[in-house]
Amino acid sequence: MLSINSVSIVRSILLLTVILLFACDGGNWNNPYPASGDGKNILYNAFTERPKHLDPVQSYSSNEIQFTAQIYEPPLQYHYLKRPYTLIPLTASKMPTVTYFNKNGIELPDDTGISSIAYTMYEISIKPGIFYQPHPAFARNEQGEFIYHNLTDKESAQIYQLSDFNMTGTRELTAMDYVFQIRRLAHPKLHSPIYELMADYIVGLREYAALLKNVVDEQRGDSDYLDLNKYKLEGAEIVDSYTYRVKIAGKYPQFMYWLAMAFFAPVPWEAEQFYAQQVLKDKNITLDWFPVGTGPYMLTENKVNQIMILEKNPNFHSEFYPSEGMPDDEKKGLLIDAGKPMPFIDKVVYSRDKESIPRWNKFLQGYYDASGIGSDSFDQAVQLVGQGEATVTEAMISQGIRLETAIAPSTYYMGFNMLDPVVGGVTEQTYESSKKLRQAISIAVDYEEFVSIFANGRGLPAHGPISPGIAGHRDGEEGINPVVYDWVNGRAQRKPIEVAKRLLAEAGYPDGIDKKTGAPLILYFDVTARSSEDKSALDWMRKQFQKLNIQLVVRSTDYNRFQDKIRKGNAQIFEWGWNADYPDPENFLFLLYGPQRKVGNNGENAANYDSPEYNRLFEEMKNMENGAERQQIIDRMVDILRHDSPWLWGYHPKDYGLYHAWYKNVKPNRISNNNIKYFRIDADLRKQKRNEWNAPVLWPMVLMSAALVLGLIPAIKAYRRRERSVGIGLQSQ
Amino acid sequence: MSELGCSRSSQAIETGMLKYIFRRILYAIPILIGVNLITFTLFFVVNTPDDMARMQLGVKYVTPAAIDKWKQERGYDKPLLINREEAGLDKITRTIFFEKSVAMFVFEFGYADDGRDIWQEIKMRMVPSLAIALPVFLLGLFAYITFALLMVFFRATYIDFWGVVLCVALMSISSLFYIIGGQFLISKLWHLVPISGYGSGLDMGKFLFLPIIIGVISSAGANTRWYRTIFLEEMDKEYVRTARAKGLPVNIILFKHVLRNALIPILTGIVVVVPLLFLGSLIAESFFGIPGLGSYTIEAINSQDFAIVRAMVFLGSVLYIIGLILTDISYTLVDPRIRLE
Repeated sequence: MLSINSVSIVRSILLLTVILLFACDGGNWNNPYPASGDGKNILYNAFTERPKHLDPVQSYSSNEIQFTAQIYEPPLQYHYLKRPYTLIPLTASKMPTVTYFNKNGIELPDDTGISSIAYTMYEISIKPGIFYQPHPAFARNEQGEFIYHNLTDKESAQIYQLSDFNMTGTRELTAMDYVFQIRRLAHPKLHSPIYELMADYIVGLREYAALLKNVVDEQRGDSDYLDLNKYKLEGAEIVDSYTYRVKIAGKYPQFMYWLAMAFFAPVPWEAEQFYAQQVLKDKNITLDWFPVGTGPYMLTENKVNQIMILEKNPNFHSEFYPSEGMPDDEKKGLLIDAGKPMPFIDKVVYSRDKESIPRWNKFLQGYYDASGIGSDSFDQAVQLVGQGEATVTEAMISQGIRLETAIAPSTYYMGFNMLDPVVGGVTEQTYESSKKLRQAISIAVDYEEFVSIFANGRGLPAHGPISPGIAGHRDGEEGINPVVYDWVNGRAQRKPIEVAKRLLAEAGYPDGIDKKTGAPLILYFDVTARSSEDKSALDWMRKQFQKLNIQLVVRSTDYNRFQDKIRKGNAQIFEWGWNADYPDPENFLFLLYGPQRKVGNNGENAANYDSPEYNRLFEEMKNMENGAERQQIIDRMVDILRHDSPWLWGYHPKDYGLYHAWYKNVKPNRISNNNIKYFRIDADLRKQKRNEWNAPVLWPMVLMSAALVLGLIPAIKAYRRRERSVGIGLQSQ
Repeated sequence: MSELGCSRSSQAIETGMLKYIFRRILYAIPILIGVNLITFTLFFVVNTPDDMARMQLGVKYVTPAAIDKWKQERGYDKPLLINREEAGLDKITRTIFFEKSVAMFVFEFGYADDGRDIWQEIKMRMVPSLAIALPVFLLGLFAYITFALLMVFFRATYIDFWGVVLCVALMSISSLFYIIGGQFLISKLWHLVPISGYGSGLDMGKFLFLPIIIGVISSAGANTRWYRTIFLEEMDKEYVRTARAKGLPVNIILFKHVLRNALIPILTGIVVVVPLLFLGSLIAESFFGIPGLGSYTIEAINSQDFAIVRAMVFLGSVLYIIGLILTDISYTLVDPRIRLE
């Protein structure tokens, strides 16, 4: 018979079980989402790093752009299926018209030489009938006044997120909104990362920034709101409601690529005025956290540490899935939805999962629709077959998971500081020997082995700075780096180490000994502080230099000090990387353009390489359209670089992504980011698979409970025995 | 007359306690200034305002002009501790240290470098942290004390022996192993609860079940052994022998008398951590996807956000001081012989 206490314990356990079961709301017990979402047209993603900014004037990192690119619409976008990447209109009614003018304001023909062009005018016309997402900033009363632009403390007391506003409104997108955003680039409080770059090109932007700063200084303390509508910018003018012009100093063809980025997306002035209210700022309700756009999705939940939800914008203008692509796109099923209205997915749920293990397991359980591949799960997911071709393992195939790969428009390289007397050779006498030293090292450091060991084969050893898939890159025999490789049996083969040793001897270091001093050659490799996991990579690098009998000393510092060394030119050899902003060779080749050097000029040329001929060719090439003539110049530039070897060209990383069978229309694309509108989900298949993979397994719990009860029996017996013999027991102790 | 005397005496005790608390709060001010100064010095030894600006502005296209603009906007364009260009008191007040520190003493933490209000962020993250930390603390306390008392109750039997062996085994395993193992068994193999995530309302239960259970189990070994040691020490005292001699059952002796008398060392260890429960746990929150305060400071250090670092260190110090004062007060509650004067 159970005692009262036992009965209450059993009741409590039953109650707890009921609560837990109730909490499971009828779906799979391990489903991290509400069961109401089962079978719904929802895409489930994970994010690891919380975005810092969602204001299009500030957001630049990939973890920010993955949200802003779905919400904000710049005038242009990249064609989803075509390669090489091709710009097409997004909100623009057609591609911008580009007109060149001389210093007297006289229009010039398109083929005018760069020296005659004083400025370029981009005229952009947008489609009429595009409306913003529903938003309280647009809500007006019957008198036409904004309802929420002057909130009192009382009115804002119950406001914690945007959905707490009862009323919303919208309005049509106009050219003014694009001009307004260009003005925002110069806003003194917004710190746009591209302001300094654009100030060199957009006419009057620097002066405009100075004007705004004066205004802000004068009104300091009175109000925090800066009304940009009051101040005009020379370089961005409104022609009519649907047309605006941007005036660019000189010629800058790459500006077209910037027009496909969120920096040039429209921002309505109403939103800026609405979010400028202190009562909202105090609750972290700002434009930086709650975007307002015309795109296919709108951010409806922003718990940046936990979950972010995008939902279909009910006011989204019509846009259709592309009807043409690359030759094999049809075979891959990428044209099944051709001509259908987008977006296909109703809602996108981003859950923050910082650790790779839970993230990976949730993907395998079907709770994330796609996943990257960490080094710890690589062998479980991918196997190499045939000529090193990557494919998914049997376990993945059995779950219907497929692998998509793409070469990223990025490069990881090892740079030589060209201002260093040993590896750079600052004088004419030492330049030639330093060049041979760099060439010797380029042959010795085997990046094929590096990619195989440390990147699980996810990379292509580089032959130059330009990534594959970008205009100017050459494949095959004509694309090999002749300083490091020979073309043997239809493929690039690294030159034997003897060639490197000979170059080293010619450089004045036979067998790694300085001919002049008789001392062994010691080089210094500057890296950012590494974890113990990276020790093996550094050991490997030492061994590569050891092949030439060169001692490599690793100098590890924190990131701040490392950057400081690079800026001051105190590093000798260093590692660096670059992700392209746009698919133009200029965005890679400028990394070695002399005036871009770090030391003295604070540019992006970390190696401080400065070749007059290369610089001249770069200036010629950067303003040219892609074509045979430009390719010829690029080939010459790359050839100069290969022989001068200011970098060990390293490798171009390859992105691997895993996708479940229900995830459709995926074509990897690292340049454009507004891709979610193209994706489609088979929600029924996902529901079926989730149920199949996640049925609760109860027998271990039953077994454990039984073991616990059985284990307690001797204890209860001992307790009763002691209870019965308390007096004697105590006396005997 | 005796009632009046008693009332006066209790009034005197209350006044003494209030004075004591007031004095402790006054002592806290120099401690907080010191902690703030050390945090400031350590932070700026590693990061300069220029480094902070570069971190916030990104790695591409960052110019000296942009850095200067950022510093000016955020008030990092002044000297760190002493402004030699100013005169009088301004030498001290027109510095980064003074301007960034003084507001904290009225709990105005300001804005993080990404523009978010720090106090709002702390309030938002505190709830999920507490949702794990409080149940782990309470359930753990109950479980560890119960197991320790049971081991003492069954002292010198196989239960005590195997209990100690189990405790040592539990102590020897890394907390990370419990998390990964727990997620593997309960979520991945048996599909009983989600591997990670967080929800509100009733939904919260299924997310918190695993982290709470793992939190309790991972600390069980060390805590149970610690409480067992305390109780065993008490068991050798004279009042226990007297109680036994009077014929009181062992369970009454243990759960009523020994437990009460062992509260002083127990309180020393637990009351001080109660306020710190708000600060959450770094590893557990990270692995279980709990949006708590555990990782807030680490993320701020990594992103060189001094505003958050100083706010969190300040808050941690304040909570620790509160914990120490609460510990002292709790002594008076469990042992009437102790007076705070």
